[in-house]
This record gives sequence, C-alpha cells and structure tokens, in this order.
Amino acid sequence: MSMLKNLRNPGLWLWMAIVLAVGLWPVITQRASTREEIFTVLLSVVLASSLNILLGYTGYVSFGHIVFFGLGGYVGLFLITAYGWSLWPAMLAGGISSAFLALLLGQAILRLRGAYFALATIGINEAMRAFINNFEPFGGPTGISLNFSVYNDYGGAANALWMLYGVMLALALLNILLSYVVKSSKFGLGLLAIREDEDAAEVMGVVTPRAKTWAYVLSAFLPGVVGVLFFFKNGNIEPPQAFRLHMSIEMLVMVMLGGYGTILGPVLGAAGYQRLRGLLLTSDLFKNIQLTVAGVLLLVIILFIPAGFVGWLRNRFPKLRRFLP
Amino acid sequence: MILQVNNVSKRFGGLQALSGVSFELPEGQIMGLIGPNGAGKTTTFNVINGVYPPDTGTVVFKGSDITGAKTYEIARQGLARTHQIVKPLNELTVRENVIVGACFGRQNLPLGQATDVANEVMEFVGLGKRADQLAGSLNVGQKKRLEMARALAARPYLLLLDEVLAGLNPSEITRMTEIVHKIREQGISIIMIEHVMQAVMSVSDFVLVLDFGKPIAYGTPTEVANDPKVIEAYLGDPKLAEQLSSHDPVS
Ligand SMILES: Nc1ncnc2c1ncn2[C@@H]1O[C@H](COP(=O)(O)OP(=O)(O)OP(=O)(O)O)[C@@H](O)[C@H]1O
Ligand SMILES: [Mg+2]
Repeated sequence: MSMLKNLRNPGLWLWMAIVLAVGLWPVITQRASTREEIFTVLLSVVLASSLNILLGYTGYVSFGHIVFFGLGGYVGLFLITAYGWSLWPAMLAGGISSAFLALLLGQAILRLRGAYFALATIGINEAMRAFINNFEPFGGPTGISLNFSVYNDYGGAANALWMLYGVMLALALLNILLSYVVKSSKFGLGLLAIREDEDAAEVMGVVTPRAKTWAYVLSAFLPGVVGVLFFFKNGNIEPPQAFRLHMSIEMLVMVMLGGYGTILGPVLGAAGYQRLRGLLLTSDLFKNIQLTVAGVLLLVIILFIPAGFVGWLRNRFPKLRRFLP
Repeated sequence: MILQVNNVSKRFGGLQALSGVSFELPEGQIMGLIGPNGAGKTTTFNVINGVYPPDTGTVVFKGSDITGAKTYEIARQGLARTHQIVKPLNELTVRENVIVGACFGRQNLPLGQATDVANEVMEFVGLGKRADQLAGSLNVGQKKRLEMARALAARPYLLLLDEVLAGLNPSEITRMTEIVHKIREQGISIIMIEHVMQAVMSVSDFVLVLDFGKPIAYGTPTEVANDPKVIEAYLGDPKLAEQLSSHDPVS
C-alpha cells in the first residue's frame, strides 16, 4: 500500500523520463559516437547507483566495489565461451555470482566499522585480481576472449552494439527505480538508521548484521550484471581491466559529487564526472593524471559540499525536494 | 515480575563498574535508579538491554533469560530505552526517527502503520509540530523528547529512561514528569535514572541506590531518603543531599 503511494513521487518519474529521453537521443540521431559516450555514462549510473545503496544509504565506504563488476564479467564470459550460454542467462549468472560473493564477504567484513571496513575492501580488490591471475579456468593472466561469431546470434556486431546499448539503458532505469523502492521501504529506513547511528539503530531493534549484508548483496548484484554486458561488448576480459582500483575510486567520486543517499545524486554525479573526464582526456597534459584529478575532486567535495550537488540543492531549496528525490 | 536482575557484575579494565547488583521490578511499576556520578547507573541499563554482556549474573525479562542477547533481539522482545547522551538520527526527520522505533520495535510494524503510531506518539510527547524537521536541528529538550518518542513508538513492555530530565528547564521538567505519569497509566513498567530528586521521588514506587557499583539502599522513596547510608553517599554532593532530605513526596 504505502509502497505504491510512495511510487507517486513526481520527481522520480520526471527524472526517469529525462534519463529515458537522453538515452533515446542517439537512437533518434543514429550517431554511434554519441551512443558510445552515453553508454559509458549509463554504465557509470548503474555502478554509482548500486554503490550508493551501501555508501549513501548504509554509510559504509567500499573502495573495492569494482570487484563485483569484474567478477560478474568473468563469470558471464566464462559461461558464454565454455558452455555456450546466451547473453541473458549469463548476465543473470554474473549478477548472482557477485551477489553471492558479497554475501560471503559480508559475513566476514561487515562486522568492521568505519575505516576498518574501508581498508578491508581495498584488500578484496587486490586479492581478487591476484586470484584470477592464477585461475586457469578463467584464462589466468590472458583472460577470456570471445569469438567474433558470438555476435551473429544478435544480428551481427553492428546490430549487437545497438541492442546492448538498449539493454544498458533499461538497466540504468531499473536501477534508479530499485534505488527509489529500497529507499522508501522499511528495509531502506533501517539502512538510513544504521548510517546515522549504528548503535542507536540496534537499540531500536534494527537487525544490523542482516540489514547490512542485504545492502551489500543488493549493491553487488547489478554491477555483476553490467559487468557481463560490458565485457561481452568489449569482446574480451583480462585481470587488470576487470579489477581496476581506480574505477572503484571513480565510483565513489560520482556518488559523492552528485550527493550520497539521494536517488538522483549518483545519476547526475555519473553524468557530471564522465563529462569532466571526457574533457580531460582530450588534453595530453591531463590524460596521465586522471586519477589525481579524481582524488582532488573527491577532497574538494568532502571539504566544501559534503552533501554533494543534489544534497546541496535539497538543503538550499527545501521546496524543490519533491522534484529532487 | 517483568524484570529480574540477579547478582550482575561488570568490570571495565581496572574499574569495577557494577558488583553484585540484584533487583526485581513488578509489572506496571516505576523504579527510580539513583546514585552519585559514575555509580554505574547507565552501565546497569547497558547490561540490561544487551549493550554489554555482564561478567557474572543474569537478566531475566518477562520470564526469559536475556543475558548476553543482542540489543536488537532484546528490543524486539519489548524493552526500549532512551540514552543519557542523546542519539538522534540527525539527517532523518523527527517523524522518520520515530517511525524507526515503531518499525523495528516489539510490534515490528510495516511502514504505513508505523507512521500512524509515530504521529500519535509525537503528539503525545509534544513533538507534533516538529515532525518534518531534521532531528539534528532540535534543541536539547526536544532531543530528549525524541528519545522518549522513539522508545514509546516501539510499544515496549518495559521502558528504561536514562536522565530524561537532565538539562531541561523547570517547565520542561514538569511536562516530562507528566508524560512519565501518563506512560505508567498505559501499563508500561519503567526504570528511571534521575538526578533531579524531586521528580524521581515523586514518580517512583520504589528506589534503588547505587554507589561505586554496589546497591546500598532499596525501598520506598521515603525510606530511601531517610537512609543514613544514602545521605552519606551523597555527602560529596551537599546540594543533592539537601534535596534528598528536604524531599516532599506530595509535590
Ligand atoms: N565502556 C566503558 N569503558 C570503560 N569504562 C566505562 C565504560 N562505561 C562506563 N565506564 C565507567 O564505569 C563507571 C560507571 O559509569 P556509568 O556511566 O554507569 O555511571 P552513571 O552512574 O551512569 O554516572 P552518571 O550519573 O555520570 O551518568 C564510570 O566510572 C565510567 O567511567
Ligand atoms: Mg549515566
């Protein structure tokens, strides 16, 4: 009942419509270069929105979230090449594997609080890369490559690119909806309580170990799914590509830039960050110091606008809150 | 008996915070828990609601042994508390804070019903007008009432109040004392830690006095107020000792 009532939020549908419109733009103009740019933004939206469930709602900083993207990609490509699975079940399997890894990791590290949890998550990314590097079924250091003929099932490579783009758009919209549903649920309220004061939440009866574990699992699922999509499109996957620590940090920057804990924040943060990155990449000077720029950006946000862009707008213009979910 | 505390001890490093504390609370009664600073009052609450497991002894709530259980398990069985040092969920609204209490407390309510309970409880403690304000923006007195509202929204059988009157002005104290009386009328059992003697003496059915972690007196407010050991324990604090001896149960 109250869930359906909650779904009447005008801001949610407004922004879903905006994302849909932006997403359809390359389809209308039929420009492949725009499509690729927006594909990257939509991928970032999924990664950032997912991380937001853990970082923004629950208040746990994960520096290793990209591990779920990489693992999902590996599991998916393995199933496609070794067992001839089609893309759809492979995507689902990638998501489930990542969610399952989060479930296992959660048991071990969600007992840690604050900086200790954050440190442990850095370790996970590095450990996973080292493990996959030596894991023969996944091709060790050379990884897994797809045969070009797999795209034939999807109408050839050129058509497949459009189709994959459409799926990414759908997943991004799904993720925005999921963020919203989680946040306006009882489960989400428990997460917010944990973020604000974990001890107080426990005293009020929030079963914190269970809530945190589910938050972690949820935040790992869609990154696993889009991992399969991304590396399927890419045609191959290797350990350094799959587990790039700097992508984990970029995800954090996007969430913080847009505004942690809001629905819209990670969406605008992803778009804003990728736009900035696109500008920097065209300059030779900045090409090599991308990560430095991301780091400095993160510092500036935390020091001056800790609530992020959307958080700042919400505080500044309380009347607009309905439209800034 | 709603609560039985048997021979509970708790040590922090070299400090014996509680030694051999025992008492029983009959259903529907109010027990005052008093004692000088550092006597172990808050620690007693922490042991009862599972923040720390006791080193020795047991805690029995409504007939079941809850010694060493997790705070959230105990909360769900119908034991709620307020904090001496308030713990508002700052970035959530007052209403959301109280909904958390209702959602995850004894009744484990879904959001919709929890909202109704929250609205009712906020009116009851006088926070109705603040419902949509962020909890972080409340003043001290309001934050104390928020603690109270969250605990009440859980619909507990037993309520532990840790210095809900501290830092309030006289009119706020009167108001809060009235609230405590009304809660008791609803049949909720209460343990109340308090330094404001007049108030604790006037609302309590009986009083337990702790000093250096040990129970030194137990009885009706009048018995306790005239107990030489209690007067002595408060000697370090002449003002309190005076309040104690000038206590008038009628007020
Ligand atoms: N977590 C802890 N670690 C170490 N020492 C503690 C801890 N909690 C309480 N203490 C110590 O135990 C003693 C009893 O503390 P407690 O908070 O129970 O006192 P209190 O009776 O509530 O005092 P007050 O009236 O000042 O609130 C104090 O000396 C305190 O410093
Ligand atoms: Mg205390």
